Amino acid sequence: MNWLDTILQGVLLGGLYALFAAGLSLVFGIMRLVNLAHGDLIVLAAFLILVLVTALGLNPFLAALVAAPLMFAIGWGLQYFLLNRTLGKDILPPLLVTFGLSIVIQNGLLEGFSADSRRVVAGSLESASVNLGPVTAGVMPLMTFFSAVAVIVGLNQMIYRTSVGRAFRATSDDPVTAGLMGIRPQRIFALATGLAMVVVTIAALYLGTRANFDPTSGPSRLIYAFEAVIIGGLGSLWGTLAGGIILGLAQTVGAAINPEWQILSGHLAFLAVLLFKPRGLFPRAVD
Amino acid sequence: MTLANPPFTVETRTRASQLFAIAAILVLVIAFAAPFIVSRSIIQDLFFILTMLVLAQNWNLLAGYAGLISVGQQVFVGFGGYALFGCVSLLGIDPLPAILIAGLFSVALAIPTAFFTFRLYGPYFAIGTWVVAEVVRLLLAQWKALGGGTGTSLPREATRDMMGVDLMRDLFGMKAAQASDALTYWLALILVIATIGFIYRLLRSKQGLGLAAVRDNEQAARAVGVDARRMKAMVYLTTAFITGVAGALIYLQKARISPDAAFSVVDWTAYVIFIVVIGGIGTIEGPILGVILFFLLQTILADYGSWYLLMLGLIGIVVMLFAPRGLWGLFSDRTGIQLFPVRRRLKGGPLGHSIKGGPHG
Repeated sequence: MNWLDTILQGVLLGGLYALFAAGLSLVFGIMRLVNLAHGDLIVLAAFLILVLVTALGLNPFLAALVAAPLMFAIGWGLQYFLLNRTLGKDILPPLLVTFGLSIVIQNGLLEGFSADSRRVVAGSLESASVNLGPVTAGVMPLMTFFSAVAVIVGLNQMIYRTSVGRAFRATSDDPVTAGLMGIRPQRIFALATGLAMVVVTIAALYLGTRANFDPTSGPSRLIYAFEAVIIGGLGSLWGTLAGGIILGLAQTVGAAINPEWQILSGHLAFLAVLLFKPRGLFPRAVD
Repeated sequence: MTLANPPFTVETRTRASQLFAIAAILVLVIAFAAPFIVSRSIIQDLFFILTMLVLAQNWNLLAGYAGLISVGQQVFVGFGGYALFGCVSLLGIDPLPAILIAGLFSVALAIPTAFFTFRLYGPYFAIGTWVVAEVVRLLLAQWKALGGGTGTSLPREATRDMMGVDLMRDLFGMKAAQASDALTYWLALILVIATIGFIYRLLRSKQGLGLAAVRDNEQAARAVGVDARRMKAMVYLTTAFITGVAGALIYLQKARISPDAAFSVVDWTAYVIFIVVIGGIGTIEGPILGVILFFLLQTILADYGSWYLLMLGLIGIVVMLFAPRGLWGLFSDRTGIQLFPVRRRLKGGPLGHSIKGGPHG
């Protein structure tokens, strides 16, 4: 067994998990909302891309470009009309409404697309690989990883360098005071969820082209995303990337030892972090 | 005139609750007699309703009273089921004591689980419990003696020779299968009574008052000396026990277990959450109303497959948004009727009239 190869694959897989997690992290950071339908929204976006690819014959990357504004609109509307009503001191309503949403999306997709496993065909890119000295890496996994880095750099630039980002941070700190300064928290929240859905679309593109998915794949994507966020520490997007990499590494190393242990060893790595560093490896937020 | 004011007393009983108590006793008598009156398939339906009610009452105690929103309660259902199968198939223990042993195993699992998940705040606790359920499912799928990933069945003799079955065959002249169905049904009925009785007593006790205080304002409750963490841990362990017993009972009746079914988040947590939310979270009556509605919906929409779950999800969302205290909450707010009153009211004294407190507790 080639350990170097295993480690590289693990790191690259971590990029995918970081993409799953970035949207979750963003939404939680700004409005303290944990969206239990996050994984199902990733799968929804993957089906959207699939439909665009099969119906219009688009290239998957072009399809994702078309799907992104649609998903932004879905996220914006979802937050503005539904989830904003649930925000408040009580954590029960947002959790239960997003849990209900998760069940609704899953079963809606089951009705529309049946329970079959699907895959988005990306042509010759799927099998293309690059020789990196002692190891070879697939082009798709490499693109996934660099997309994750690009998404995190982009989000960080936006949050810390632009006026929208300032509004995000202000609303995150204190929505009432931010409201006094002319920011409308309701719209900021909607914008943030819309943005998270754009990230979700990117995640869905790589989910769909790299592996099979079906309408019930959502919950396990949510769990991976959640584990990456907690391992990395709340409130830090770079931490989320690190969390994704640790999770990916744990899974590939586990799978290298025994294929049945892949998912389990990811979960165990998460529990180990929780045991020794309950606030994650790179915590930033206070809560 | 030496007429003193009558002394203060604190009461929770209401007229409606007294009438209800009489009606409830009648319903229970009929329920116990059911195996002699109705067919086996109805008994199996009733068994399903009763076990779902136990799960719902437990989740309601966790989420509605202790503020512990778990989406991982399936771990105790599945673990209880597997503990029962382990005891019966591998150790040859009779199923009846094995049900209780399964409950104890669930508590033993809940201690390390709580150690991990209690480190997570609010919403993250929810997903944390889910991760734990996944870990336990994946570990049990590795246990080849109990069928690994594909699962296993209980040996036929186990349920046929179960304690009490012989007695029922002699007393009532039932067939073995009929007798074991009736037995599991009675056990489920007893479990429902014990669970509701326990929760009702708990909520009327000093601990229950502390629990309500923690839920309404944790800081304030701590300031007056309520040990919030201990209360939550106690509730978590208790619900683990009852949920484990319910899981063992469910899988004793099914007689077949597999990791995917036993740890199904839809069957043992999503349904339960919808039952509690639609019926009314934070009340004892809510889950009872919820489980009846749930069963009716399921019977009506049985042929529609995933549309049924989709509808259930939508109803859950609508109820959570527009009637966050559920259908029972709507009814109770309009009429003031409480069947299991836990609100403390001041009687007697110069005030004379009852003082209405918060919504409950």
